[in-house]
Amino acid sequence: MIGLLVGVPLLGAAVLLCGGRRLDRTGHWLGTLLAAVSFAIGAALFASMLGEDAESRAMHSKLFSWVPVEGFQADVAFQLDQLSMTFVLLITGVGTLIHLYSVGYMEHDPGRRRFFGYLNLFLAAMLLLVLADNYLLLYVGWEGVGLASYLLIGFWQHKPTAATAAKKAFIVNRVGDAGLAIAIFLMFTTFGTFAFAPVLSSAGDASEGQLTAIGLMLLLAACGKSAQVPLQSWLGDAMEGPTPVSALIHAATMVTAGVYLITRSGAIFNGAPDAQLVVVVVGAVTLLFGAIVGCAKDDIKKALAGSTMSQIGYMILAAGLGPIGYAFAIMHLVTHGFFKAGLFLGAGSVMHGMNDEVDMRRYGGLRKYMPVTFVTFGLGYLAIIGFPGLSGFFSKDQIIEAAFAKGGTEGWILGAVTLLGAAITAYYMTRVMLMTFFGEERWRQAPTPSPAEPDVEPAAETRGEHAEPHPHESPKVMTIPMIVLAFGSVFAGGIFKAGDSFVNWLEPVTAFEHGHSPVSATTVTAATVVSLVIGVGAAWFQYGRKPVPVVAPRGNLLTRAARRDLLQDDFNHVVLVSGGTHLTRSLVYVDHKVVDGAVNGTAATFGGLSGRLRRLQNGFARSYAVSMFGGAAVLIAATLLMRAV
Amino acid sequence: MSPINYVYLAALLFTIGAAGVLIRRNAIVVFMCIELMLNAANLTLVAFSRMHGNLDGQIMAFFVMVVAAAEVVVGLAIIVMLYRARHSASVDDASLMKL
Repeated sequence: MIGLLVGVPLLGAAVLLCGGRRLDRTGHWLGTLLAAVSFAIGAALFASMLGEDAESRAMHSKLFSWVPVEGFQADVAFQLDQLSMTFVLLITGVGTLIHLYSVGYMEHDPGRRRFFGYLNLFLAAMLLLVLADNYLLLYVGWEGVGLASYLLIGFWQHKPTAATAAKKAFIVNRVGDAGLAIAIFLMFTTFGTFAFAPVLSSAGDASEGQLTAIGLMLLLAACGKSAQVPLQSWLGDAMEGPTPVSALIHAATMVTAGVYLITRSGAIFNGAPDAQLVVVVVGAVTLLFGAIVGCAKDDIKKALAGSTMSQIGYMILAAGLGPIGYAFAIMHLVTHGFFKAGLFLGAGSVMHGMNDEVDMRRYGGLRKYMPVTFVTFGLGYLAIIGFPGLSGFFSKDQIIEAAFAKGGTEGWILGAVTLLGAAITAYYMTRVMLMTFFGEERWRQAPTPSPAEPDVEPAAETRGEHAEPHPHESPKVMTIPMIVLAFGSVFAGGIFKAGDSFVNWLEPVTAFEHGHSPVSATTVTAATVVSLVIGVGAAWFQYGRKPVPVVAPRGNLLTRAARRDLLQDDFNHVVLVSGGTHLTRSLVYVDHKVVDGAVNGTAATFGGLSGRLRRLQNGFARSYAVSMFGGAAVLIAATLLMRAV
Repeated sequence: MSPINYVYLAALLFTIGAAGVLIRRNAIVVFMCIELMLNAANLTLVAFSRMHGNLDGQIMAFFVMVVAAAEVVVGLAIIVMLYRARHSASVDDASLMKL
């Protein structure tokens, strides 16, 4: 039954990718159907799980022995506990909705069948990741989602930017994957196994140093997959992929794999306070980093990508807080899955109606053209900024409270950072909202011609495409998933919070301690609301009160840096790319001069020597005879001499 | 007469043969010089056999004679063929085995 969860979408991927052209007309519905079947299986398992006692809910099923070697047992076995179940429902639920949305979004794309094949492949890999009962199988899923992400970012590979972005995502992810591999190696040497149950139950036996090393390597893996500083640079470029992909993979599910990994390995981090501190710092830094980037981007998807980075920063931070934060990290993850997927689908709907224009400075006043998109996007917006009563409010508020509860100076710093993050979140999301749906209609305003623009007239159809968009609401197949996700954005948080149901649900897996915050919960909530108001107010002051210029103003130093992803790419280029280039160049130099020199020199020496020696071979029998006689004479003389001595 | 004198004679014959091999160009003469050296060796074998009073050396001498006879057959045949092919019996002319 658990195996089917993974198997159904995998079958879909196989059929769609191998089925060829004959599936072009029906393939997208097949893919959607299989995703829905997977969700139905998940829901059925969830129902049967609810019927059990809290302690006996975890299910285990072994499919087969993968590597049965003495002292090295790797099984393909699944473990479905409350944590996995949460992910399964999120992945298959949001996944099914996004499949449905893609039916409309990708309607005119010639590669639609391939697209659905990749989406199914992603679902299978992601489910494998969260259902694996050991780290090695998790690694398979981990690589699988990386592959699917690469394929989908580069789905429009005829665009050089998309192809580059796909490669960038893949390569940056490799760095994190190397961390996961090393973590698994360390686990095997420390515990002799890498299955969850024995590793996590015996984590207390290992020394703190070992646990810290494993924890830091796991964190590196999480940084790669979840786009955390310093491996975050790929996420912004990943927006080159089709928007449903950005919604599913680069917002709702795959990028949260790092949070899953850290939460799952909670027992390891609990024994390694230093690693936990690094996790918290990474989360806090990324939280602000992503938020600042999100403030400066004019590309609607990139602004949302910055926001994703920042929200995952919240989750990583919460996961780094230990048992007081795990449940909230996952809770925020789920609510974020709803509202961020909804926001991305809204962005996709806007782009769909605006001829794939992504520059928010060319939007404006879209609310009367796209009422459904406006309302669903608006609800997602209210949820993400943490408007009281909506999903984001409950989950984010809990994280902020837990951050204060960390205690000591750290607690105050973390609390302040999370509050600041909440304010910036409110600012950039309000900015997106105002620039897209409010204000005057700016898409008709011709852009000021820049001198760099070539004099030749653009091709007729390109010009026709961009000259005058006619904003219109998207078809039902796209708006229905948005409406469903909007419901999730509104109510999920409240349902999870009611009677601490979510925390109690996860408690058998992640353990839970009530943090003791130095400030009362009411104060934290009040502070959150105040920072929210400040953020929204600042954004309104800048973008709502006066018209938005179509061409971006130059901006101050911070804005310009943030537009360039806070110089992350430049940093990578200078330090890693140039450094790597110089390193390889000098290695090539050493190889040419030293290694090749030694080998070629030896060969040349022997070549020259033998060239001289072969002159002795002159063909005259008598000279050979002389050498024979000479040699014999020398031998005899030597023998006699030895005798005499 | 002391048998040691035969050894001296053998040394003399061997030296003459060796010098002939090294100095003369005519293949026939070189060949004869080789025979001379072989027979010098035979003479020492017989002389030492006599000096030590056992017959091993003499038996060895017979072996050498038989091998020398066989060698003469092959060697002369080669020289005749060489002469037919190159119209010369000079060993220095046949210096093709070189680089």
